[in-house]
Amino acid sequence: MVSGPDRFVVAIVGSGPAGLSAAAHAAQLGLAHVLIEKTDHLSDTIYKYQKGKHVMATPSNLVLRSDLDFDAGSREAILATWDRQIADGAVNVRYNAEVTAITGEKGDFTILLKGGDAIRAQNVVLAIGTQGNPNLLRIPGGDLPLVQYQLDDPGEYFDEHITVVGSGDAGIENALGLAADPAQRNVVTILNRGTDFARAKGANVKLLQEAENEGRVIVMRETSPAEVRLGENGGELVLETRDGQQVIACDRIIARTGSRPPRDFVEKIGVEFGSADPGAFPVLSPTFETTKPGIFVIGALAGYPLIKHCMNQGFDVIEFLNGNTGLKPADQPILEEKFAPLPGRRSVEEWLDVIGSNVAIFQDMSPLQLRELLLDSQPRAFAAGEVVFTRNEPGSSMFAIVEGSVVVEVNPADPSLTVPIGQGSIFGEVGLISGRPRGSTVRAAEPLVVVELSRTAALKLIATVPSAARAVNRIALERQLLQMFGSGLTPNDVAPLVEAAEVMEVRAGQKVISEGGDDRDIYVIRRGSMVVEKDIGGKPIFLSYLPAGSYFGEMAVIDGSRRTATVKAAIKSEVVRIPGDLFTALLDARPALRQRALAEMAHRRELNAFVEARKESFGSAADLYAETAQFLVDNGIGEATDVLLIDETLCVGCDNCEKACADSHEGLSRLDREAGRSYAHLHVPTSCRHCEHPHCMADCPPNAIQRGPDGEVFIADTCIGCGNCQRNCPYGVIRMDPVPPKKPGLLAWMLLGLGPGPGEASYSWRKKKAAKQGLEQTKLAVKCDMCAGIDGGPACVRACPTGAAIRVSPEGFLSVTQEGGLD
Amino acid sequence: MASAAQDKSRPADRRGLRESDHEGFLAHKRMRWLKVAVVLSLVAIIAYALVDVTPRHNGGSWLGYTLGTIGAVLIVWLALLGIRKRRMSAGRWSLKAWTSAHVYLGLSLVVIATLHTGFQFGWNVHTLAYALMMLVIASGIWGISVYATLPAKLAGNRREMTKGQMLDALDALDRQLESAAQPLGRAQADLVIAALAQDPFAGGIAARLTGRYRRCRTRAALEGLAIVGDGQDIAKVLSLLRRREAQLQQIRRHLRLRAMLEIWLYFHVPLTIALLGALTAHIVSVFYYW
Repeated sequence: MVSGPDRFVVAIVGSGPAGLSAAAHAAQLGLAHVLIEKTDHLSDTIYKYQKGKHVMATPSNLVLRSDLDFDAGSREAILATWDRQIADGAVNVRYNAEVTAITGEKGDFTILLKGGDAIRAQNVVLAIGTQGNPNLLRIPGGDLPLVQYQLDDPGEYFDEHITVVGSGDAGIENALGLAADPAQRNVVTILNRGTDFARAKGANVKLLQEAENEGRVIVMRETSPAEVRLGENGGELVLETRDGQQVIACDRIIARTGSRPPRDFVEKIGVEFGSADPGAFPVLSPTFETTKPGIFVIGALAGYPLIKHCMNQGFDVIEFLNGNTGLKPADQPILEEKFAPLPGRRSVEEWLDVIGSNVAIFQDMSPLQLRELLLDSQPRAFAAGEVVFTRNEPGSSMFAIVEGSVVVEVNPADPSLTVPIGQGSIFGEVGLISGRPRGSTVRAAEPLVVVELSRTAALKLIATVPSAARAVNRIALERQLLQMFGSGLTPNDVAPLVEAAEVMEVRAGQKVISEGGDDRDIYVIRRGSMVVEKDIGGKPIFLSYLPAGSYFGEMAVIDGSRRTATVKAAIKSEVVRIPGDLFTALLDARPALRQRALAEMAHRRELNAFVEARKESFGSAADLYAETAQFLVDNGIGEATDVLLIDETLCVGCDNCEKACADSHEGLSRLDREAGRSYAHLHVPTSCRHCEHPHCMADCPPNAIQRGPDGEVFIADTCIGCGNCQRNCPYGVIRMDPVPPKKPGLLAWMLLGLGPGPGEASYSWRKKKAAKQGLEQTKLAVKCDMCAGIDGGPACVRACPTGAAIRVSPEGFLSVTQEGGLD
Repeated sequence: MASAAQDKSRPADRRGLRESDHEGFLAHKRMRWLKVAVVLSLVAIIAYALVDVTPRHNGGSWLGYTLGTIGAVLIVWLALLGIRKRRMSAGRWSLKAWTSAHVYLGLSLVVIATLHTGFQFGWNVHTLAYALMMLVIASGIWGISVYATLPAKLAGNRREMTKGQMLDALDALDRQLESAAQPLGRAQADLVIAALAQDPFAGGIAARLTGRYRRCRTRAALEGLAIVGDGQDIAKVLSLLRRREAQLQQIRRHLRLRAMLEIWLYFHVPLTIALLGALTAHIVSVFYYW
């Protein structure tokens, strides 16, 4: 360790790409600095990547501005380059130093380290990422050295009593790893507070049960640790079990109980976050300074997950600290390119100024935030009369009007009926929130300049800028009410409803309305979907499926009756509750609306009466229908927009669907026909459902997962192969594989026997061939794109010889189950 | 109880080019190809009845040539299904429609080709081509019958497991058996070891198609151990062996059904290739001796 002055100019916490780059630049400028790293090596996140992992350098159009080199390459090559350059640059690194608190003010901060040391610095740059620290074992003796929070190599422990605490995948995988080789003679115990391993993957649970049956792992259910102590014969662990306390021998405890996001730690320093939303980032000035002067945040914690962004920020933040406040961000050329097609020949700064001041939801944003937002967005210009988007087109982006105005065609039958939306406002927000297709066609009323915010950019905006979130939510609800009720209502009519509305999160399966209840509110589904059920002879009978954008509960409001059916969430959803009396008042004021509501109600009464009347005669057909519908909802159809189903009475198992899938794309099948659940001869294979709110999109660092023009969710070629989407997908439909080499053609195979033939080539063939051709084998995420861009549509369906494979949307498909059912 | 969102039409439905209608290949487009085939056959029969060929109907009359040409074109086109199935080109074709047409037009060949012969048969290459064609059609009918009856059984037997999962389950049982058999005596352990060492799916095509594996050592081990009687260790091994046998049965049934769904193709396809050869010889010889 290099000894520094009494007080450093800057202390950098965290040695990831952002922190490293900052430290390297501080060293290069000759600033008194220290880089504080928790572990004994640099860049722990990349260090923990699997061996040989290929690290990508996206976005490719962003220039790298750093004293360190970085280009796409293997994990080892990148880490070796950095280690060498950090050493060459005489960067002052302090390893094995975990920061526990930061106190003081700008000019004199004290950074307390675990173990009691303190470092003093004038400024602090936080580059700690978003991984957080593992949750600690908070029991007496939890700080003893026999407790550890990570297991690097299960093969290094022999003859030990090892207890794993934690029932997630990490805990199970550790326990299985420790027990894998009987020659190590370890006694492995895993503790689970509950009775089942609900948080873990099914495959892991199965392996664990098998290991338990074979006596390789002791599984203790309904058990939690109470105390760790050192007894006469070594470590002991006191357990709290269902039947009282129990003491077991224990030489080592591996605690895998999740990790705590670093937000608490950062907030304790005095840094404010944009909002209470878990996805929020710290509020930053254009120079990355937080609300606490002297504390700077860069990297993933600032909302930039990509390595290049992080490294550039490390460089920039040191430049700013060094007094170079005029430095233009490295993204300047990208923004110049984005603004180039717009009319008016304005510079990037002028456009940023116009956008920031004209658009209401952007007004509270710093220029830095706006720049970042625009990196994920697209400014676009339209001529008067040009269509921005069409009704029923899928789309999850949101538009902000910078200059000009648009008209919304509210009546599909009569395009002349329009509603204007003026400069500074937004549109397209319904698609963003509900994930459903566009509700109306929008045209430019005059020459128009808009900013189209991608779904990720818009969600980030909502999470970080509270005023923008409030504005978007309000506008969205108002428009949704107007669109639903129609009947010439104006924003003024629904204003009291919007004011009193309350957004509620509903878990999957949670009841919003219970049959027989006498509550009097009405609900609008904002996102997710609901199923309506009626209790017939003690069994819930499925009546209908309600997608986002529907409303329910108004019958009881209008006629004061009790609830006639149960409405529950098919998947995790958001509903807006509107007090019934306000709705009644609206009905009193607007007779046309009352007429419409009564007409719709009459129809539903008929259905209810029909079900009531037939309930005695309902036999197994109705049960089957209800159960099949339930099965499909359980399998994620509630959030699907387009799903592949296989009729098992027709499927001969030829796997031509998988072969067609592989041959229509780069040679990898994106579906597994045989895997997946079945019910009543309806099979839901492992293949993408194109969810309304795709789980895979949630955490894609390069924002490569997008929704395409036909509603398909696809992965663009900016994928960096991180595997987040694969982990996030609850249906297991994403695979990570390198692009296979090209196969010989069909005729060459048929006539000469060359190559592996139609369909996905075997792994060994791909590997051998790729090695021979010297192809780079970078694993990238692969999933169904609904054969976008291929004339004729999805190959799996076209290639099914018997008609077993069909693709349907949930509405269409609950009717597939209806054969022989209620109708 | 509620009002659905106003627009229910999804883009996929609007485009209308998708095969989302839920019909099997036999019922495709309300049996469009059955109708075509029936009309084709009826026209051929009526023409055969009305046209007066002297001295008698034969393949060399203008009607005979017409029917022969239609038949030959059909045979070649029907054989192309093998290519269509494997060539994943873009475009709005559907293999289901091809299969549907293949089935019904193939059946119509029975009428067309028979009328083409004018019921003149003999020990020659011409009749050979006809006989091969009828065999191909017969094997096709066999194929349709297994396609109609077996898929549901195949799915029922799978019980939501993939073949890989079934084999994994078998592996897991084998591992448990191996450790459970450790306390057993020499003779009994040998029974278990023999069962584990055997390839439980060997037995050739006959075993594959009947699902009966006569020298199954799992069965033998079950019978052998049952005689030995009680004891906790034996009981545990017996229960594991019973589970292994049940697992084997599921896999064997799966293999049997898959084999039955495929075996007819081992007749249908080679016979088709033979037919194409005989057909070529038939056409060449007819023109040669004209």
